[in-house]
Amino acid sequence: MEPVQPAHLQELIDSFANKDVYIHLETTNGSYASHFKEGFFNAGAFIRNVVVKYELGKVAGESPHRIGLKLPYGWVYAQGITHYTLDEHGRLLMAGLDPEGKLAVSLEISETPFTY
Amino acid sequence: MIKQERHVLVIFPHPDDEAFGVSGTISTYREMGIPVTYACLTLGEMGRNFGNPPFANRETLPQIRKQELLKAAEAMGIDDLRMMGLRDKTVEFEDDEKMVKLVADLIEETQPSLVISFYPNLSVHPDHDATARAVVRAVRRMPESDRPTLYTIAFAHNTKEVLGEPDIIHHVEGAAKKKLATMNAHASQTVWMMKDMEKRLADQDPEALKWLHYERFYTYRWDRDFE
Ligand SMILES: [Zn+2]
Repeated sequence: MEPVQPAHLQELIDSFANKDVYIHLETTNGSYASHFKEGFFNAGAFIRNVVVKYELGKVAGESPHRIGLKLPYGWVYAQGITHYTLDEHGRLLMAGLDPEGKLAVSLEISETPFTY
Repeated sequence: MIKQERHVLVIFPHPDDEAFGVSGTISTYREMGIPVTYACLTLGEMGRNFGNPPFANRETLPQIRKQELLKAAEAMGIDDLRMMGLRDKTVEFEDDEKMVKLVADLIEETQPSLVISFYPNLSVHPDHDATARAVVRAVRRMPESDRPTLYTIAFAHNTKEVLGEPDIIHHVEGAAKKKLATMNAHASQTVWMMKDMEKRLADQDPEALKWLHYERFYTYRWDRDFE
């Protein structure tokens, strides 16, 4: 993955618009967050291989970026995206990595299902 | 003193769960000629260390960790490694009976005299606790006389209040090299920690040496069952 180049990422997001695509969306503090920091309120969410079709997708803000996908009847968004890549399977993988390189958020878009 | 065993079955949810506190014991069993089966339930697919600049992404991480797990097994001398195909962070959401059966089938097949896993609800990560619950339930259902011994590890902050001190202490200094090799095999997870650890070991830091030379377990007590 490379640091986000907004114009290039915008092109890639546009290329998946108006198609049935599989989504991976995840936010996390890590399962040990409240072990290492007592009282830490640990929250996160994870969906994988949910099919959506978005009509408009945007890269917004300065780095770390926000990504929003407008669906016919709803929304998907991710905040804190710093890195991206189009992998060898043509999947758009985006992630928000903190300064230590730990993942905090990820949003991935693919025309084929992700593995289990 | 490490007791002789017929067969040891190790069950953990993540590649690297065995490295920190059990790899010296496993390596020693192997040197004693005792067969060890390591069933690893997931490939740690949801790990968070990608590095900066990143060396992996969410989709490549499982393959990296699988290779690390194979390398770790080799370092410990394990020739029976099972990758059970579950997904990281989802173990507690699997059907409870399916999980018990997964463990019962492994026990049935390998006929272990000793099972090593986590202690239920004192092992911090939800996957650790879910694995531990399945292991305890599977063993509990066996006739008492057929049950393998169960060694557990626990590291929640309140472990001492609940369980006291570990009753099994293995001196594994002889396997120190293999333990370090196992830790280093899981580089994607341990490279930061190991930099610090190697410095502390070079400085003869007593806590670091204690970590390297001793491994501690709680024998599961059926008279103090967790449920
Ligand atoms: Zn673990």
